[in-house]
Amino acid sequence: MKKNSFISKIAGNRILIPIVALLILAVFNFIADPSFFKITLGYNNLGNPVLSGYLITILDYGSELAILALGMTLVTAASGGQDISVGAAIAIAGSAMLRVLCGADGRAETLQTPIIVAFLIAVVIAMAFGAFNGILVAYFKIQPMIATLILFTAGRSIAAWINNNQLPIVNDQGFTVFGGFIPGIPIPTPFFIAAACVVVIMLVLKFTNLGLYTQAVGINESSSRLNGLNPEFIKFITFVILGICVAVAALIKVSRLSTINYSVIAKDIEMDAILAVALGGNSLSGGKFNMWASVLGAYVIQFLTTTLYKFNVQSDALPAYKAIVVIILVIISAPTVREWMGNMWTRMNEKKDAKEAKVNG
Amino acid sequence: MSENVVLELKNIRKRFGPVQALKGVNFKLCEGEIHALMGENGAGKSTLIKVLTGVYTKDEGSIHMKGYDGDIAIHSPQEAQDAGISTVYQEITLCPNLSVAENMYIGRGKEIIQNWKKMNDNANKILESLDIPTSATTQLANCSIAVQQMVAIARAVDMDCKVLILDEPTSSLDDQEVAKLFKLMRDLKARGVGIIFVTHFLDQVYEVCDKITVLRDGVQEGEYKTEELPRLQLVSKMLGKEIDDLSDIKNDEAIMQDTNEENVIETNQLTSTSGISPLDFYIKKGEVNGFTGLLGSGRSECVRAIFGADKVVGGTIKKNGKLVKINKPIDAMKAGIAYLPEDRKVDGIIGDLSVRENIILALQVLEGFWKPFTRAEADDFAEKYIKLLGIKTASADTPIKSLSGGNQQKCIVARWLLTHPEYLILDEPTRGIDVGTKVDIQKLVLKLASEGMSITFISSETDEMLRTCSRLIVMRDRKVVGELTGSDLTQNKIMSVIAGGDK
Repeated sequence: MKKNSFISKIAGNRILIPIVALLILAVFNFIADPSFFKITLGYNNLGNPVLSGYLITILDYGSELAILALGMTLVTAASGGQDISVGAAIAIAGSAMLRVLCGADGRAETLQTPIIVAFLIAVVIAMAFGAFNGILVAYFKIQPMIATLILFTAGRSIAAWINNNQLPIVNDQGFTVFGGFIPGIPIPTPFFIAAACVVVIMLVLKFTNLGLYTQAVGINESSSRLNGLNPEFIKFITFVILGICVAVAALIKVSRLSTINYSVIAKDIEMDAILAVALGGNSLSGGKFNMWASVLGAYVIQFLTTTLYKFNVQSDALPAYKAIVVIILVIISAPTVREWMGNMWTRMNEKKDAKEAKVNG
Repeated sequence: MSENVVLELKNIRKRFGPVQALKGVNFKLCEGEIHALMGENGAGKSTLIKVLTGVYTKDEGSIHMKGYDGDIAIHSPQEAQDAGISTVYQEITLCPNLSVAENMYIGRGKEIIQNWKKMNDNANKILESLDIPTSATTQLANCSIAVQQMVAIARAVDMDCKVLILDEPTSSLDDQEVAKLFKLMRDLKARGVGIIFVTHFLDQVYEVCDKITVLRDGVQEGEYKTEELPRLQLVSKMLGKEIDDLSDIKNDEAIMQDTNEENVIETNQLTSTSGISPLDFYIKKGEVNGFTGLLGSGRSECVRAIFGADKVVGGTIKKNGKLVKINKPIDAMKAGIAYLPEDRKVDGIIGDLSVRENIILALQVLEGFWKPFTRAEADDFAEKYIKLLGIKTASADTPIKSLSGGNQQKCIVARWLLTHPEYLILDEPTRGIDVGTKVDIQKLVLKLASEGMSITFISSETDEMLRTCSRLIVMRDRKVVGELTGSDLTQNKIMSVIAGGDK
């Protein structure tokens, strides 16, 4: 009996979905080609020790997704909608960062400003664009997807305009650390950045009421207002927080290449970020959320992407495969299917109990 | 199955996980009969109705209908309709943006091309025959709630129903509208339709019903003829115990407020966007007063203005003699005012959150963003009030939406008590909840008042207000038209004040 309640406790938990998805992917890869799990230690062209292998790639590229998933989870919880402009916003933040680092002509040999200053400027800009989205959604009551469609459409042009359509290149090796490796540490830096972000957000959730407020507003706005909350401001603030996440992701993205390609950088990343939230078992129509599940969901998405790449799926064809995952997710999280599975579960238990009772009796 | 029995349920069982909601219910409905289905919240009424209408599938038992051999299987609302069972729910389930006729015929045409003229003509014919005051082409949203309710019934009737289920159809209607609805029900009865009537209003049961079936804890307690079952008996059967006469709780000490006592809350010419006439209102320490009047007379709007729930556009509020500025609910909460809203589902509960989170919410908001309660503190608060108010829940972790209506309401009461308000506003705290909980809440109101809390209590059931309030403010057309105290607090007096001005 005790075991049952333990199992049902886990079964009712949202984090089960990404865990199961992760297991399925891992088992599939293990059967198809165990070398998927091989990790080798080598040296990069700077002579630093680096780990490489598919798992490391997942850890590396999944991290920027995880950072975005943090903000996206909060936006989803409070507003019941998603921000589809994060990819374009990354282009803007990244472009601004490069503009500050490389100066007006974009060809400066040395950094024009310290990296931290450039990063903070990018944070402010990304928060401002987040605030723009937030105002449209919270105060003008525009559907989040529609409101963020504006920036989704215009964002990459704005990014190009910031640098007069030039492609500035950062020549400082120190800048490559954020998207690469810290000298002497063989694990990709984005993982540490993501871990830091997760720690920060978890601390915020623990030491403030952000979690309770966003969930309350997402579930019942009218009731939240009568309990003294300010639903508009809470929705607004989640978009601003997502802006911070965007700036961090932009730092990683720009650092990887030391330059920017306005039309390609972080392309389609909003879909992966939204998918991470969904894969975490969080309702896309708002309300209760589990932050850990979203983070895990982000890495599972990257696991899927990497698996597909390994099997030589063209990058153009990737969305089709991801669509299949979305369909499966949507179906298993549909209430009718859940109820059906719940019934199956209780029936199985009843049979087992009856059998045990027979054996014992 | 005897000749005029139109519907018979035998030994219906249904369980949800570990909860056995129906433990073998029998029920019989005859042609041309209005049959009340009574029971406390959680007794299994809703489940039984949902089994009957195909929303849930029964685990065991059989359903027999006149004209069908043996058990009819009902797996979906569509199948229920095909068998001749129609339901009108408490919440209107029509589409407000369509016309009356469209609502009556939506989803029923088998033809691909709709003959609009014929449809409208048919609809008008039915509306006329049932004496429903609207026309086929009116947009539904422009009809009053009562008429919308009637349109839903007209839709059901035209579907050739033999069994009509009315699930709390009167809870949002005022007395006149209820009277119209009852006339319609009697008309249908005369046509031989069997009507199952679910309600919490005892008066209404005794007004229209022929028979009463009482459910308790998922079993049929008994079936009675209405005239053979006195009210008190009915209540005690629903509760399953001999209870003290309801009239026992009475504001005996008639907490006659000390006139020297200062006003806790005083408003001066208060108006809000909801369009109430400027309100002058006061309440003293330890006083229980109430707003009464017909539905839509502005009772709720008055208290919503005091709490800042509607935007205040004029007037002032004083608390303990000092001016306070109340623009939004949080201002009122900081001033020690608590408000339990009229509509529990829309404005009260946060459905997916746990009982614990729902209870601590208001206090937590008052504490502020940076000071979340620890889990242990939250648990202490929740456990304390779950015990104090006798909230029936599996645990403090249970989502509030899975509780019964009465227990949800107790959670909301707990939420506001936890903030230790000086002035508590209860807007329809007893609507849609069972008799036992109603009595609990009334007792609680009197106890809190004796401890010095000022309370405004609003209820559609006048006798409930007469029992608890020492002063009644009577409203008509969004205006205060009278104030009753002491020996004037009688049903008749209230009625005459409500009716008064038209002479």
